[in-house]
Amino acid sequence: MTVPTPGADDAMSTTRNTTPEQRTAAEHRTGVEQRTAVEQRTGAEQQPTAVHQAAVEDRADVDGEISGGPAAVVEQRLHPVTPLRRAWAPVAVVIGWAVHDPDGAQRQLTRLDPSTLLIGLAVLVPAAALYGFLTWWFTHFAVTDSELRIRTGLLFRRTAHIRLERIQAVDVTRPLLARIAGVAKLRLDVVGTDKKDELAYLGEGTARALRAELLARAAGFAPDSAQDVGEAPERQLLKVPPGVLAVSLVLTGATWGTLLAAVVVPSVLWIATESLWTVLATALPLLGAAGASSVGRFVGEYDWTVGESPDGLRIDHGLLDRAHETVPPGRVQTVRIVEPLLWRRRGWVRVELDVAGSSNSVLIPVAPREVAESVIARVLPGVRVPDAAELVRPPARARWCVPLWWKGYGLAVTDTVFAAREGLLRRQLALVPHAKVQSVRLAQGPWERFKHVADVHVDTGANKTVTARLRDATEAAALLHAQAERSRTGRREALPDRWMA
Amino acid sequence: MDTVCRTYAGGMETGTVEDGAERAQGEPVWTGLPRGLLRMRRLLLVVWLGPIAVGTGVLLGWLAGPGWTAFALLPLGLLLWGWPMLGRNWRSWRYAERADDLLISRGVLWREETVVPYGRMQLVEVTSGPVERHFGLASVQLHTAAAATDARIPGLDPEEAERLRDRLTQLGEARSAGL
Repeated sequence: MTVPTPGADDAMSTTRNTTPEQRTAAEHRTGVEQRTAVEQRTGAEQQPTAVHQAAVEDRADVDGEISGGPAAVVEQRLHPVTPLRRAWAPVAVVIGWAVHDPDGAQRQLTRLDPSTLLIGLAVLVPAAALYGFLTWWFTHFAVTDSELRIRTGLLFRRTAHIRLERIQAVDVTRPLLARIAGVAKLRLDVVGTDKKDELAYLGEGTARALRAELLARAAGFAPDSAQDVGEAPERQLLKVPPGVLAVSLVLTGATWGTLLAAVVVPSVLWIATESLWTVLATALPLLGAAGASSVGRFVGEYDWTVGESPDGLRIDHGLLDRAHETVPPGRVQTVRIVEPLLWRRRGWVRVELDVAGSSNSVLIPVAPREVAESVIARVLPGVRVPDAAELVRPPARARWCVPLWWKGYGLAVTDTVFAAREGLLRRQLALVPHAKVQSVRLAQGPWERFKHVADVHVDTGANKTVTARLRDATEAAALLHAQAERSRTGRREALPDRWMA
Repeated sequence: MDTVCRTYAGGMETGTVEDGAERAQGEPVWTGLPRGLLRMRRLLLVVWLGPIAVGTGVLLGWLAGPGWTAFALLPLGLLLWGWPMLGRNWRSWRYAERADDLLISRGVLWREETVVPYGRMQLVEVTSGPVERHFGLASVQLHTAAAATDARIPGLDPEEAERLRDRLTQLGEARSAGL
């Protein structure tokens, strides 16, 4: 049976179905951060009756629950429109083929007579429908006190157990078509989960209720009350007006750069080759890139709202595809304040953030500096963004290592964050709370040694490294040890994983 | 830096980090790598470059003329240059177990010093390839949640590697901290 008994403890589920080598490797783990997403696969060849067994189980599922442990786990299925989400794929393949080879498509079409077409459709459509139905039928999820369990697969069964206290973020996204159908995707970001661990699709109401329940359980509410806690109240911190967003995109170099490239490169090619196809083949991707960096970003970042709730930080955005992200307290690894050259006169900044295991990276697409700093103070409690005067530049001899741009580097260490600035035209200030530092490294090349300077790298859990470049070597050596010390003491004061417990 | 640098003279005598006096002072007690690693690397250098030098010399002398044999000096020079370089690199590697973190320092031209707090360790790995096994060596690698953390100690005695692994695991559990 591939169904995990609800009472199985974590150690069991980590090491089950593993070879002796894997088990030793698991034992060598320090136990600090257990594998967050425990995955289990069963191949059809190992278990010829897997499908049959699953069918038996599913008959049991009709009753709504599987008994077999002290607390029964209620398994649920995804929304019934789910099978349709891949319905466009065969149509797209046919269209792609027709566009790629128009003459061939025409010839094939004339050869088809209505009866073959009908027979073909009569076979293909039910087959696709059956496949869609079966994948939907064999996908289940269940929420237990400590885990979200996802069970999928027809021939190759896969069971993922995602531990709730390791949750880094919850995303509920509603692409345009899903919005029309009234459904949403829910994704739990934990270190190690991938694309297939998202629940697509759920009814909009279900997704919202599930998110609230998952967050309540992750926060540490009592298991039996977690379902009734409901959504936490939200307080809006910031809303980006569409006008400001549009102006900010106009003032971004990348927008003009791609647009310029889309105009100049094809014209030059036209003069050089006079071949329409070459020009089209280069112009279309370039125009696409220009569109994505301007219109695409506008559509994606439209109506950007940042809110705060006891669940953590809430980010809502999108014009056509709506996305809603919740980052529980204490999950932000780094925050970066980016200040492009053309925004400086208006005092605007863009704020990016890194959360381990999550692909979202923008906190605020554009906002005045003071507003952005007040939002950062909410996101990283107790953190004050050091101002330009506090950032110490490298010693002047660093100009021999990095000419001109050395002036852009700066470092400030407060009692809560390690802040390093880089860039001369497009300034970027990265903040790492001391509690989020995984390791500290000092690196020094031969030329840097000659100039008596060194770089200090601070590694964080979101696989981002923040570097204080070209510090005086003695200062850097002291910084290395002081930072390791600070990150250790900082961790002691950090929030627990279950932030409400 | 004023350090105590022991180069592994007496097998298992490396466990002296335990004594509290040195730890209290905060000055790290550095441990070097066993000589076996240097022997292995030098042997590999000779095994690769020696035959290449001889092969180039003989082949060119035979096919192109005796003057071309001079090209054999190229790998030979590399060999002669690499020999002391390996020694310097080997001497530069050292590590120290402190009360709360592990220090690894290495490199001659490109120096790098890494500090990994025990509480941040996710996984401690002991590996030993066929060549390393032949020389009785094993490497210990620490992984944290950050992939950039490059904390590897190569060429340890297998017993020392296992001792280090167990100690690190134990300390990691005691000081465990999440992401």
